[in-house]
Amino acid sequence: MSVTTDILTVDRLRAYYQMNYFGIEREVRAVEDVTMRVKANEVYGIAGESSSGKTSLIKVLAAAIRPPLRVLEGSVTYRFNGNPLDITRAAEEEIEAVRWRHLSYIMQGSMSVLNPVRRIGRIFEDFAFRPMGLKRDAFRAAVEAHLARLHLEPGVMNSYPHELSGGMRQRVTIALATVCRPEFIIADEPTTALDVVVQKDVLAMIREVQQALGSSVVFVTHDMAVHASIADRLAIVYAGRIVEEAPTRTIFTAARHPYTRHLVASLPRIGDTSPKPSLEGRPPSLAEPPPGCRFHPRCPIAIERCRKEVPILEEWPGEHRVACFRAHEAIPAGEILHLKRGSLQ
Amino acid sequence: MTRPPLLDLRDVTKTFSMGGMLSRRHVGAVNGVSFALSAEKPEIFTIIGESGSGKTTLARMILGNEVPTSGEVLFEGENIAERRGAARLAFMARVQPIFQNPFEAFNPLKRVDRYLASTARRFLGARSRAETETPMDEALRKVGLSLKEVSGRFPHELSGGQLQRVAVARALISKPRVIVADEPVSMVDASLRMAIVNLFRRLRDELGVTIIYITHDLATAYYISDRLIIMQKGYVVEMGPARPILDAPRHPYSQLLKRSVLSFDESGAGQIKPSGRDEVDLTAESLIAGRLEPAEDGRFVRLSKPILEPRQTAGAL
Amino acid sequence: MFSVFRDLIRYNMEFAVGVVLVGAIVLFSLLSFISPVDPTAIYTTIPDMPPSAEYWFGTNSRGQDLFWHLTFAFRNTLFFGLSVALLSRVISIAVGLAAGYLGGWTDRVLMFVNDIFVALPTFPILVLFYFVLRSDLDMFKLALIMACFGWPYDARLIRSVALGLKHREFTRHAVFAGMSPVKIMFEEHLPYVMPIVFATAMANMIWSIGLEVTLAVLGFTNINIPTVGTALYWANNHSAMVVGVWWWIVIPVVLIVLTFLGLFLLAVSMNEYIDPRSRLRRMGA
Ligand SMILES: Nc1ncnc2c1ncn2[C@@H]1O[C@H](COP(=O)(O)OP(=O)(O)OP(=O)(O)O)[C@@H](O)[C@H]1O
Ligand SMILES: Nc1ncnc2c1ncn2[C@@H]1O[C@H](COP(=O)(O)OP(=O)(O)OP(=O)(O)O)[C@@H](O)[C@H]1O
Ligand SMILES: [Mg+2]
Ligand SMILES: [Mg+2]
Repeated sequence: MSVTTDILTVDRLRAYYQMNYFGIEREVRAVEDVTMRVKANEVYGIAGESSSGKTSLIKVLAAAIRPPLRVLEGSVTYRFNGNPLDITRAAEEEIEAVRWRHLSYIMQGSMSVLNPVRRIGRIFEDFAFRPMGLKRDAFRAAVEAHLARLHLEPGVMNSYPHELSGGMRQRVTIALATVCRPEFIIADEPTTALDVVVQKDVLAMIREVQQALGSSVVFVTHDMAVHASIADRLAIVYAGRIVEEAPTRTIFTAARHPYTRHLVASLPRIGDTSPKPSLEGRPPSLAEPPPGCRFHPRCPIAIERCRKEVPILEEWPGEHRVACFRAHEAIPAGEILHLKRGSLQ
Repeated sequence: MTRPPLLDLRDVTKTFSMGGMLSRRHVGAVNGVSFALSAEKPEIFTIIGESGSGKTTLARMILGNEVPTSGEVLFEGENIAERRGAARLAFMARVQPIFQNPFEAFNPLKRVDRYLASTARRFLGARSRAETETPMDEALRKVGLSLKEVSGRFPHELSGGQLQRVAVARALISKPRVIVADEPVSMVDASLRMAIVNLFRRLRDELGVTIIYITHDLATAYYISDRLIIMQKGYVVEMGPARPILDAPRHPYSQLLKRSVLSFDESGAGQIKPSGRDEVDLTAESLIAGRLEPAEDGRFVRLSKPILEPRQTAGAL
Repeated sequence: MFSVFRDLIRYNMEFAVGVVLVGAIVLFSLLSFISPVDPTAIYTTIPDMPPSAEYWFGTNSRGQDLFWHLTFAFRNTLFFGLSVALLSRVISIAVGLAAGYLGGWTDRVLMFVNDIFVALPTFPILVLFYFVLRSDLDMFKLALIMACFGWPYDARLIRSVALGLKHREFTRHAVFAGMSPVKIMFEEHLPYVMPIVFATAMANMIWSIGLEVTLAVLGFTNINIPTVGTALYWANNHSAMVVGVWWWIVIPVVLIVLTFLGLFLLAVSMNEYIDPRSRLRRMGA
């Protein structure tokens, strides 16, 4: 095989929510200057705290951009079968053509996608019958087989969404998005409502589908444990910006950004009752982000420069990118200890 | 005479029938669950279990949204199902829920603050604007938000974590005795999760609120809960003090659960394996055949064969 | 709501055509307010004049200028259709939401009543009312009676939506926020059924206007009120087709067909908006 190609290239993407309530302009800067690539055949994880703009970024990637979300700058280019398609500029028909077949999107809180007055079987027909192009019986059999991989009984096909538990509904939406076996799967918090046993099986299933088809997955979750087990590379988002990106292992063992280090250290574990502090201060408002590095008000090692200048994502050895002015300084010894205890045990 | 327990579940069972005319099936969502929460000592009582094992159904019965098929749920000695009208309203003020999915918990077409305002008006009898807004703001501040940030916003303008904190704040307005939190942290990141979980702990210690905490996250369960039950297919398979159970689970399903917790050791290897649940006997038969038996550390385990030292008694729960 | 309207006009051919047709008819009927003639007066002009520059739609055998006469007829007919639609919407919303949300016993009783109204033969009953009320039967009373027959199907539709909403988490949340059932039904759930209400309102107008025309042509309404139906009644009475005054019949029929077409297109395009599949497509799912 040749060198792995980039299937998705995001270049200097800026996307804001721009609202106008009776003449008062409001702007939420949810995606700021994001540059990233997703290779064929990899799982690219995106982690970050609540309201850091993960879902917003994902909406742009999945071509689900609706007002008030607006792309102001940059491009999002997919290469399906070698044809570049910049979805920020493509026509609706071109996007329709790749949706479901090539690109599928598991929405956050996606249970509300399920129409409450239709049985699950009907919902599958609505979405997947035409793209799959099978006879009705074969289609039903294929759907049932697929549901079984997610530990769902064929009986759920006859149920209404409200008759299923939260986790079952979540699995139905995962099944919906993967039944056509797309090349590019975008998943926003797909396993959050699942118990750990099923979660593990679902992750294994996604990984298996991904490897069998050589497809790519962009996987968003705040759950670092999930990232640890499924992501090949991991981007950490803070207040709309990527602050660090590296192979997953590096993030957990040799992170350089203070925010990433905090994130790794704050993970609770069974058997560990030591108090887990949450980060001081509050997540910045994306409507009025702080100047300079957006993390500086909460950063333990911030210096004067951080308050004024915006650090850019710098390349480090080993596919590692960090946006921090102090990343190259030696990490204080105490910090290393903290990091070790947090990440490896 | 001792006070009746705050909440007392006696052999509660719930069966649903579903499916069409032809394929009618009965689902035993909750099967013979009993436990009691003390009125003297507020605690965090955790329910862990398989997806679809009846945790939400159990929570809904405790909230009086669903009537048990058999057995009864008593709140301060009174059957919840029998409360009507004003008694029901008073009950609702004392037992408040927090829902699983913050995106679903708010009507997407309506502003979020209306839920807070309605709670303040209905349960606190607030009339004027100030009377309504003061408790709203107070409650929001307890969860690290403020009324200014929230008022006038639609659910889609807030992130999942923000919405969940609004939901907690809303539940706090009526000063409840019990909060039933159905997977309240499954949508929020580790740092905020700890903030909410620590908030629960503070609610218990400072406000004396008993919290029924339903979760899939064994780590936070270990971190905050006093007691827990583990459920599978509607049955309680293990019940008792939280930490001993999570340190050394006895029931095969509990053990599988603990094994399936994702570890950080292999981070980035991409070597995730299926949980291996097929190798464990998880059939309903073994559950029906089993009985909850007392075991060490004051816990109860459902095992097909009784195993244990007979001197242990059921007094602990 | 406005942005939905704009999007529909921009992207939906049927909707745009429907808006133009219905808009034109409404404008036409509004001309009645500046009409120089009294619609009830007869023999004010030369009878039986074919359409010309002076009499755009010609004149009829009763000596009325058909153009101005029809502006009144359409105003009354549209107003009638609108009243029936409005009144029956109110009933169907109340019944549908209550049956869906409250469920149980309420649901069974309401749906029983609903089924009775479905089963009752509308036409004979309306004729019966005509014989009882005679000249007391004005447009408003007729609208009221027809509204009582126009709600059951749509109430069922609304009920099914409300049933779905009942199980959504936000409804439970609203209950625990102390909202009363009425508040939940009319503040939380109503916005969800509004698109259905609009779409079915169109279909309902077609139905009620059609029925009014039928009744009037047969002489079972108050024939002194100018409506599309009574215009045709008089034309028939004067054997308009036989004596060659074709425009007396053709023009109102063409206009009412255009009205129906417009309303139908509006209903269809709104239906497409309501259909969850197309809405989901727009959501980017
Ligand atoms: N439709 C919208 N209009 C206005 N602001 C919005 C909208 N959607 C999201 N926001 C705001 O954009 C910011 C980013 O939200 P986003 O949903 O992308 O966060 P997230 O990282 O996915 O969070 P979570 O983990 O809680 O889901 C938040 O401050 C949120 O309030
Ligand atoms: N209204 C209903 N009608 C029919 N069956 C139902 C209904 N509600 C729940 N069930 C069934 O009861 C069982 C338990 O569901 P419940 O929602 O209590 O699970 P859960 O433990 O909360 O799961 P999760 O962790 O996925 O949220 C499931 O098999 C579900 O299909
Ligand atoms: Mg999100
Ligand atoms: Mg649940």
